[in-house]
Amino acid sequence: MERAVHDRGGSPTDAPIDRTEHDLADWELTMDALVGALGETGLMNVDELRRGIESMPREEYETATYYERWLFAAEKILGEKGILAPGELDLRVAT
Amino acid sequence: MRFAAGQAVRVSARSHPGHHRTPGYVKGKRGIVERAHVGEFTNPETRAYDDDGTPELRLYLVRFDQTELWPGYAGAEEDYLLTDVFEHWLEEDA
Repeated sequence: MERAVHDRGGSPTDAPIDRTEHDLADWELTMDALVGALGETGLMNVDELRRGIESMPREEYETATYYERWLFAAEKILGEKGILAPGELDLRVAT
Repeated sequence: MRFAAGQAVRVSARSHPGHHRTPGYVKGKRGIVERAHVGEFTNPETRAYDDDGTPELRLYLVRFDQTELWPGYAGAEEDYLLTDVFEHWLEEDA
């Protein structure tokens, strides 16, 4: 059975679990608030967020942090819905 | 409600490429219904695709023996795992 990249419960690994605590960056707090607001306003629900995360290319998924996955998903879902135009975020970041 | 507490069930092993919440490690595995959750819940498999997720579905807490889930499980024989499974992923296990 082909399992998607996120569906990894019980997958064998010898990699140690990193249990160290770390502070969240400002953008990560903003990302959390943004996804909360998108849910409240009905623009993106949690199932869509999860689908967006699960659609990440395997290599990107594996190297992305928790909130980087949220950012990927939000950009994808809002793009699908036409709320963000293609390239709009990149343009805004560049200017 | 299709299933009752104590009933033997098997999780469907069917392929489902889209978003769904059934963990791969329980697919095709046999378990016992611990209890039916109260109420009904929107369907994440449609709600993930710009849909309202209705009709709402029954959700069950299912108990699996760890020895059923993991080949060569080395822990205690009575160890078990509880997880939520939507009704349409469950089949009667005669």
